[in-house]
Amino acid sequence: MTTEEIHALLLEQFSQEKITGSNFEAIDPWIEVNPQDIVEVCEFLKHDERLQFDHLNNLTGVDYFEPDPKKASKFGHDPHVEVVYHLSSIELKHRLVVKAILPRWKDDQEGNLPEIPSVCGIWAIADWHERETFDLVGIQFIGHPNLRRILCPEDWEGHALRKDYEMPLEYHGIRGR
Amino acid sequence: MSIQVEDPRIIEFDVRTDEMLVNMGPQHPSTHGVLRLLLRTDGEIVHEVTPYIGYLHRCAEKIGENLAAPQWVPYTDRMDYLAGMNMNLGMSLAFEKLIGMEVPEKAMTLRVIIAELGRIASHLVGMGAYGLDLGTFSPFLYAFREREIILDLFEEACGARLTYSYLTVGGATHDLPNMIEIPPGLASLTKRDPHMQLTWTEAVLMFLDWLEPRIREYHALLTRNQIFIKRTAGLGVMPREMAIDYGCTGPVLRGSGVDYDLRRDGEPIYTRMYEGYEYEVQVAPFEAAPPEVVLGDNWCRFYVRMMEVVQSIGLVRQGLARYPDTEGEYRVPFKMNTKLPKDECYLETECPRGQMGFYIVGDGKAEPLRARAKSSCFCNLSVTAPLCEGYLLADIPAVVGSLDIVMGEIDR
Repeated sequence: MTTEEIHALLLEQFSQEKITGSNFEAIDPWIEVNPQDIVEVCEFLKHDERLQFDHLNNLTGVDYFEPDPKKASKFGHDPHVEVVYHLSSIELKHRLVVKAILPRWKDDQEGNLPEIPSVCGIWAIADWHERETFDLVGIQFIGHPNLRRILCPEDWEGHALRKDYEMPLEYHGIRGR
Repeated sequence: MSIQVEDPRIIEFDVRTDEMLVNMGPQHPSTHGVLRLLLRTDGEIVHEVTPYIGYLHRCAEKIGENLAAPQWVPYTDRMDYLAGMNMNLGMSLAFEKLIGMEVPEKAMTLRVIIAELGRIASHLVGMGAYGLDLGTFSPFLYAFREREIILDLFEEACGARLTYSYLTVGGATHDLPNMIEIPPGLASLTKRDPHMQLTWTEAVLMFLDWLEPRIREYHALLTRNQIFIKRTAGLGVMPREMAIDYGCTGPVLRGSGVDYDLRRDGEPIYTRMYEGYEYEVQVAPFEAAPPEVVLGDNWCRFYVRMMEVVQSIGLVRQGLARYPDTEGEYRVPFKMNTKLPKDECYLETECPRGQMGFYIVGDGKAEPLRARAKSSCFCNLSVTAPLCEGYLLADIPAVVGSLDIVMGEIDR
């Protein structure tokens, strides 16, 4: 099934507030979903007979931000964070990209991580992927049973894949840089 | 007044049955690198396994955000360092998909030959190391003897033995070599003159002719060994649903009976490389399996790898046969400062250990805005916790070893 057909199917099932956008011109066409409804939509994507997206290939976050204020005007995006879900179906052999767009910081308070409901009740692998995304991109997954850092040590500060992340100068007596 | 003394025999047999936490790794020899497993055990039975990873983490994704595509290639070598060629290929294809680059037929054939040789080398290590996990040393020595020749052949092609950076965006850095001196390992194994001159293609064919009959010996040594079967069959059983739910890929997924191989079911940019080649996707259950074997157990995962070696030998032969007549060049030039389009793409390729995915977001600059490497072993390892529950302590290396993980790829 193509992304257009899946999009039409989703609009049939859910209201326009839940399926907020789409881009069919991209190399990998994607559908944008309202962050608060991501679990409901994913539940449908996995269990519907026509879709059967039983395989979560990849879950990650992207930080759209230009830390240099001189270049910020040329940066073609509003500052935001995206959570990207790459799904595929083993049975029907089709693929889908789902996105949810979040603010960089919750309530515009720097240091307050943005929040999105966790999908690890739907695909078990989302558990580790969400832990990694939390660790490196800094996104809070609500309802995750064990949201700890996975690759960095537990006492690490900051989230490395944020564009405004600063390398630590020192970690437990080890010099950085 | 008498003092009551407890019967010493009772004290002696009052064994404490508390749960015990056992720390396995990160330097345990059978954890394939720096993996740490925290086991909660009751006697010999393991109740809970908690994997701790990240000891090799160097945030290759952050590095990738600051480098142009050809500069990031060497970092992908160091992800799955046992199959560097396949990692290079996955990354290059992802960038080619983003740019919309067409690779000539010759480069595609070269890539098939090199990637399948890489798969053979990687599966040989997987086989040898798994034998080592289960306490038998000799298959490991045989596996490394064979792998050595592949490394020698790769060295002739690109100059490196482990971190190749050979397949880059647009094709490969060099064409396949012409005349070479026979690799020393191959000369001694086939009893040829050590200074014999031959073409690279002849050397590969000579090696494959030598390797193919040896596989039957490995089966006798390991696969059909009663001790090996006792330690693998019926253990670590992963049902089909569980394998899919935990995002397992590659031999782990096919060992659970899911017929899915990206060389056949992947995206067109990848599958067209394998068009016209004859090979069979190896999926459990196998007719040749001993009666103790259950679908999705350690033995099935191991056997899928062994059978894939045979398929890869066939693929390399077919690739070599068509290589001289292919059209085009071995590469199309790719400039270091080529601007990436403002778009994004995700591409998975079938690496020896599973589906390695690269997600690239371009931003009009040579460096990507986001370069994500989705590791196949990362997903395969996440299944350890539910898979090891309730097994004996001694079976944990057998189960973890059958997943064939490489920590460099998990931690990135």
